[in-house]
Amino acid sequence: MIMNSNNSKVLPGGLITKGGNSTETKTGAWSARHAEVNQKKCIKCHQCVIYCPEGCIDIEADGKNVKVNADFCKGCMACAVECPVGAISMKSK
Amino acid sequence: MLTKFDVQDGSGIALTGAEAAAEAMRQIEPGVVPVYPITPQTPIIEKFAHYVATGKIKSEMITAESEHSVMSAAIGAAAAGSRAMTATSSVGLALMYEMINIASGMRLPIVMNVANRALSAPINIHCDHSDTMGVRDSGWIQIFCESAQEVYDNTILAVRLAEHQSILLPTVVNQDGFITSHLLEEVEILPDGKVKNFVGEYNYPYSFFAGKNNLTFGPLMLPDKFFETKVQQAEAMETVRKVYKELAVELEKITKREYSEIELFQVDKNTEAVIVTMSSSAGTAKEVARKLSKKGHKVGVIKVRLFRPFPYQELGKVLKNIKNIAVLDRTFSFGSVPPLYSEVIQTLYGAGDSGKKIQSYIFGLGGRDLREKDVKDVYADLFGNKFSTETKYLNLNR
Repeated sequence: MIMNSNNSKVLPGGLITKGGNSTETKTGAWSARHAEVNQKKCIKCHQCVIYCPEGCIDIEADGKNVKVNADFCKGCMACAVECPVGAISMKSK
Repeated sequence: MLTKFDVQDGSGIALTGAEAAAEAMRQIEPGVVPVYPITPQTPIIEKFAHYVATGKIKSEMITAESEHSVMSAAIGAAAAGSRAMTATSSVGLALMYEMINIASGMRLPIVMNVANRALSAPINIHCDHSDTMGVRDSGWIQIFCESAQEVYDNTILAVRLAEHQSILLPTVVNQDGFITSHLLEEVEILPDGKVKNFVGEYNYPYSFFAGKNNLTFGPLMLPDKFFETKVQQAEAMETVRKVYKELAVELEKITKREYSEIELFQVDKNTEAVIVTMSSSAGTAKEVARKLSKKGHKVGVIKVRLFRPFPYQELGKVLKNIKNIAVLDRTFSFGSVPPLYSEVIQTLYGAGDSGKKIQSYIFGLGGRDLREKDVKDVYADLFGNKFSTETKYLNLNR
């Protein structure tokens, strides 16, 4: 049985026998930049949360602040473009 | 229709190659058979449809809207835990191309009969091997059959081969369109029970409904994992030669007919010239070789039956002792040498025999006859020391 880079089994044809494992693919690694939120400028409107196609901008426990999960941010800039106050910038990795 | 159902062990009946394939499929009784008609394959599914419509078998036939859908349905059925078989020809196989690679990539043991026919354009319904050579690198096992009997036996064998737990690869059983698919021959049909017993139950280890876990088939695989799945496919393919031999021995116990990766006709340590070819043309070549040997010429024929994986070792051992070799291909590989010739060259090189005298020929495109005269000309070239690095054409008018 061939082992992949994560040292787990690769089944024939890449078959996956367990659900809920899409988070193991860190799509953030695909991008050169990721979104970063300037909390001082941010007006907590949460438009970025809605527009993020990867669903990787989370609302924190306080129900107001947002945080970008760089493990999955592909750097598409949708959030930066949609932010009404320009609080989101793209940072190189 | 000359088929009878309760035939005795070893009794022969008159069947075309297409009917022989359908008869094997009837006895295998696959769970799902998606189909789309195309000449010259159509009599296979027509005959099979008759068996389904008259209640002789319980297979689910799906009349799809294209060959692409046929292979898609076969993939779905095989993954869901059902034995899936189908048949096609020519541009139908070409239309399947995307799904052909998905079937092998997903390691689904689908068995498909192909009545070989030229690809368009120009449109032509007759035999050559351009259709099946178009998918030769797709990870399907490829078996080439000379006669209706070989089609019948190898279709049954292919089911076990494809589904072998160390293989799990789809398999094509080729027969020459019209020449084999539409001509009547005597075929010995096994009793249904023996075939059912030989093929057994479909036992795909990862069927949708087999275990408790959810399964994802054909997922996204990125650079960190994709390569490994392809190496697994390659390794599975490498085990086919050994398993084919084992299954041939097992099948021989009930058929009394012997099959191997290559078939030798009048080939021994004294043979001076051989023709290497595949499918029905081997019959013509054997007939000429038989007549020439009566006149004292030491000539033989090597028929390559298993084309993917290619039997390099078996063929290399045989060619070691032979001075003059002709390879007859039924298709072009435009801009390169023809496919079978290419494999024979690789065989010789691999066996350290790269200095042999060898000549490439192309014949029979779009159903052009290979006449006895053409085969005689080939042997005459070999004995007349007329070797060239260029491919020669048989029965070409220009």
